[in-house]
Amino acid sequence: MQIFHRSTNTISRATIYGAVFVVAALFWAAAEIQRSPYVTYAGVARPQPVPFSHQHHVAGLGIDCRYCHTSVETSSFAGIPPTKTCMNCHSQIWTNAQLLEPVRESFRSGKSLVWNRVNDLPDFVYFNHSIHINKGVGCNTCHGPVDRMPLMYNYASLQMEWCLECHRKPEKHLRPRDQVFNMRYEQPSSGKPLAMDGKEYTDQIALGTDLVKKYKLRTVTDITSCSTCHR
Amino acid sequence: MKMEEQNGKSRREDVCPSKKDKLDAALDLETARARIAATKGPEYWRSLEELAGSAEFQEMVHREFPKGASEWVDSVSRRGFLKLMGASMALAGMTACTKQPLEPIVPYVRQPEEVVPGRPLFFATAFTLSGYASPILVESHLYRPTKIEGNDRHPASLGGTDIFAQASILGLYDPDRSQTITYLGDVRTWGMFQEAIRGPLSVQKGLQGGGIRILTPTISSPTLADQLSSLLKIYPQAKWHVYEPINRDNVYEGAKMAFGQPLEARYDFEKADVIVSLDADFLYAGFPGSTRYIRDFAKRRNPDSGNMSRLYVVESTMSSTGAKADHRLPLRAVDVETLVRVLPVVEMMNSNPPGLNGEQQVFAADIWRDLQGHHASSAVIAGDHQPAVVHALAHELNQALGNVGKTVFYTDPIDANPVNQAESLKDLVADMRGGKVDILIILGGNPAYDAPVDFGFADALKNTNIPLRVHLGLYQNETAELCQWHINEAHYLEAWGDARAYDGTVSIIQPLIAPLYNGKSAYELIALLAGQVDASGHDLVQSYWKKQHSGADFDVFWRKSLHDGWIEGTTFAPKQVALKTAGLSPHPATNANALEINFRRDPTVHDGQFSNNGWLQELPKPMTKLTWDNPVLIGPAMAARMGLKTEDVVELELNGNKVTAPVWIQAGHPDNSVTVFLGYGRRRAGRAGTGAGFDMYPLRSSATPWFAGGLKITKVGGTYKLASTQGYQTMDTPNGATRPLVRETTLEEYRKEPNFAKEEEPPKELTLYKPYPYEKEPYAWGMAIDLNACVGCNNCIVACQSENNIPVVGKEQVVIGRHMHWLRVDAYYQGDRDNPKAYFQPVPCMQCENAPCEVVCPVGATVHSTEGLNDMTYNRCVGTRYCSNNCPYKVRRFNFLLFQDWETPQYKMMRNPDVTVRSRGVMEKCTYCVQRISEHRIDSEREDRKIQDGELQTACQQSCPANAIIFGNINDPNSRVSKLKAGARNYSLLADLNTRPRTTYLAEIRNPNPELKG
Repeated sequence: MQIFHRSTNTISRATIYGAVFVVAALFWAAAEIQRSPYVTYAGVARPQPVPFSHQHHVAGLGIDCRYCHTSVETSSFAGIPPTKTCMNCHSQIWTNAQLLEPVRESFRSGKSLVWNRVNDLPDFVYFNHSIHINKGVGCNTCHGPVDRMPLMYNYASLQMEWCLECHRKPEKHLRPRDQVFNMRYEQPSSGKPLAMDGKEYTDQIALGTDLVKKYKLRTVTDITSCSTCHR
Repeated sequence: MKMEEQNGKSRREDVCPSKKDKLDAALDLETARARIAATKGPEYWRSLEELAGSAEFQEMVHREFPKGASEWVDSVSRRGFLKLMGASMALAGMTACTKQPLEPIVPYVRQPEEVVPGRPLFFATAFTLSGYASPILVESHLYRPTKIEGNDRHPASLGGTDIFAQASILGLYDPDRSQTITYLGDVRTWGMFQEAIRGPLSVQKGLQGGGIRILTPTISSPTLADQLSSLLKIYPQAKWHVYEPINRDNVYEGAKMAFGQPLEARYDFEKADVIVSLDADFLYAGFPGSTRYIRDFAKRRNPDSGNMSRLYVVESTMSSTGAKADHRLPLRAVDVETLVRVLPVVEMMNSNPPGLNGEQQVFAADIWRDLQGHHASSAVIAGDHQPAVVHALAHELNQALGNVGKTVFYTDPIDANPVNQAESLKDLVADMRGGKVDILIILGGNPAYDAPVDFGFADALKNTNIPLRVHLGLYQNETAELCQWHINEAHYLEAWGDARAYDGTVSIIQPLIAPLYNGKSAYELIALLAGQVDASGHDLVQSYWKKQHSGADFDVFWRKSLHDGWIEGTTFAPKQVALKTAGLSPHPATNANALEINFRRDPTVHDGQFSNNGWLQELPKPMTKLTWDNPVLIGPAMAARMGLKTEDVVELELNGNKVTAPVWIQAGHPDNSVTVFLGYGRRRAGRAGTGAGFDMYPLRSSATPWFAGGLKITKVGGTYKLASTQGYQTMDTPNGATRPLVRETTLEEYRKEPNFAKEEEPPKELTLYKPYPYEKEPYAWGMAIDLNACVGCNNCIVACQSENNIPVVGKEQVVIGRHMHWLRVDAYYQGDRDNPKAYFQPVPCMQCENAPCEVVCPVGATVHSTEGLNDMTYNRCVGTRYCSNNCPYKVRRFNFLLFQDWETPQYKMMRNPDVTVRSRGVMEKCTYCVQRISEHRIDSEREDRKIQDGELQTACQQSCPANAIIFGNINDPNSRVSKLKAGARNYSLLADLNTRPRTTYLAEIRNPNPELKG
């Protein structure tokens, strides 16, 4: 007597073989979600009290990064400008703009503006801006084309694998110190060579390798030790 | 289920040895003695259990954590357990999937110029204890004080601190601190208090202040003293009383006896070749000047310098100073006077002087001979709890030996009102009972708890109907309860003030943060009484100093004083004094068999004012390694006679007053004497202090504040569990298999055999670990700990706790061995248990090059850095505890529960932002303060240079008063640490395991009198 239908055989086979793919697909999906902007917020603009446009201030007006982020060369923290910095200009221009009312209100009342952190590392990671600037890591290497961001978002995933990509091969990303704050910097190519110390570079790896020596980078094993970032 | 229950029960009995198991197996001294005679125990032992080689102890050695640490010991019902498990499963699963929450970022509106976010600032200020200022620098992150360091330019600190100053940062953020002004328990405002006090004060105006009494603790502040004296000018009949339970009455009375005026003695131990301590614990926190004294003493303990000093200690209880002595004599406190009196004549005596036995007489003779040989380069120092006459005799001895002006100096007292404090309080109580008091202002302190029992202060306060009683204090304590008004005091890190260090130098106390709860300082309260409504502390202190330094350059003077941390030219100059020899009363006869009780300030909670400080409560006390409690210390001989065991409960009776407390057998405690520690048994201390330990003040009367004869002690049956870390984390050293962990010898032997501590290490290649060329790296971090310099003051433990966000776990957790200190200070004893030698050994992570912990970690959470650090990556740790199981030094600590308080907002402000706050289920350990290494490495790389030797200090090293911990780059042959490691005394712990530890020790060398045998 036949309890199960004939097709059961096929279904069960398909299920058994299929399970492997289903499980694999689940892992793949989990890994994808983990790396997706849904989790990392990469490319997602955060809500802010004032829709501050880096595009306008950096590309449009040509203000240097360090005008606002004052401690980027000396401290772990780049610094978020106090309301006073905004008011340096906005007490003269756009003094009646409705958009800037929260800024003026903050200046009048002495209560800080509360921004939402955009580039937010987990609390067990200790990142230091000053040493990266000093070793020739450009602002936009990590922060992306800030001068083209009307609203600020994080460019990279900020996940450990992304950090290690550079810590394992720093020569792929370094640039001369005087180019660190250059938002339109392009890596040297045969079409656009870069001159440094009387040498002409047409290749990033050649430049990067020399910069690693010039800026006395610690070895890759050094900068991939756990305590470099975790403590 | 039933089976499980039974298992659970027996397991609980295992871990709670106060139940039957322990009773059977616990130390029985007689058996222990017999066993030692038969088997020859270890030469160096940490606890009497170890000495006896008990089975319990053996098990402890082989276990990673003590029994109970790893087991689920809380009685949780099945239902509760399932609920918990369900919740934690859900959480464990869910947390991995959650996204990082949005975090706000809040910039300044107007950023102060000196602030660079991410870089701390340091401000000089001073911590005070009994009026004595400890000059400190406070680390401030965006104006949140987070860490206390010593003020390295101040002569009273030279960079060192003590445990009380270190732990005061926790006091600032204590959530149990009094947060509001109250009247009969109801919340009031400062304005309402001003209103309430106006009427009574104007009434007093007419009476010339006849009903005003002010009770203060010892005050050294020139400003406050000036304010009080001008207040007394406004109200000439008002009285200022001073009382503190740990006072210096004996010191001042002794000076009066010897010189006719209250004076303070200051010592220069750097110049002293022979030091005789008469029951003076001058190498421990709380002794005025101890931070500087430790530094000076340690400088003269270097055996390679050729001028090592010698320390004789006569003491009535085992102290850390006694542990450092070259010769130590345990003696009942009452007999110390006898010994001092016979000193000058002891050699001419043919028979035993009354009260001293032969051994003690020989000891006295040896001291005297040695002192005679070191004219003008010796020092005799009497302890604060010795009676005035002993102080007078010590002054006489110093004078006779020509030490005055060389090693001993006399200065004015730093106490602005050096009255006899016991008398002062007695007068106040008499006035209270006599109905003469209308307004009583209690400025800090807690007399309702700590006043002498015969005064009945609390009773007087409660039952005499003083119309207006005002208490200013950091806590709503036992005294606040009995006053109508309670004003919440501003912490010293929140208020302006000034105070004198032990040498008289004035430090301005500048606040690091605005008062968290709008507290008021004593300065502001006194100003209000004097009619200055709403005077700010800053203006009061500044205007006082304007009077002292009136000149156009006042601003410069003020800023310089604030910056440096002290006011130039305020150090007390030594006084020329003449000795009045006459007038010493003859020594009353002492009864050799009378049972003596010693009252001592507690080594960690002092007189009780630090009761609610979890760091201090959990800090193992130097000799017993006890936490959270204050048992009765008795000597082994007396314990054997009375059949007492550690943890047995006894009743102490003195003059009809009774206290019940457990016993702790302390090796080296004098016979016929017990020691009890004050400061415990608080009723209203806060979440940490309330109910901990036993209140000993009910035994303490004004006539015998420090020791008394005629104690009755009876065993009442039952035991009480004490939380001592003494036997925990014991390193496994089977007898005969390895070299001892502490290595020591005498100076004489050391000169003959300088390499005595060295042992042949296994060859470097003899390992399965992958070699790494550390010598090619720019830095290889290493540490040398000089056992000779270490005085066991525990400052390093608190400094580490503060720097590295280490949680407090509580007594129950300490009992089962779950305490979290990354750095422990082991105390080893050696020899005769009635008078053993004792040694201290701080043990942080050894940062082994061949680290046994690393190979067993399944998730790579602990791996080596290229600079030789054994990195611990918390976010990777899954809590298998394999690493700690494999650590031969037992320096790893596991968060068995969520010990860290993640909720209380105050603690969030306190934490070091540069160190991860660890959660439950994570292993942690000493990292050589890797956050400091990173910071200095980054700074130096930015400046394109190498880290200079000495520039980078670990937290334990930085505030070590003895300079016993030296950290640095061992790849640099010229660094201090390399030089020390190259010295003859250097040795590694358990070197035969070939772990190649980066932390090594310098063996201890004692300098006994070569003429003295035994």
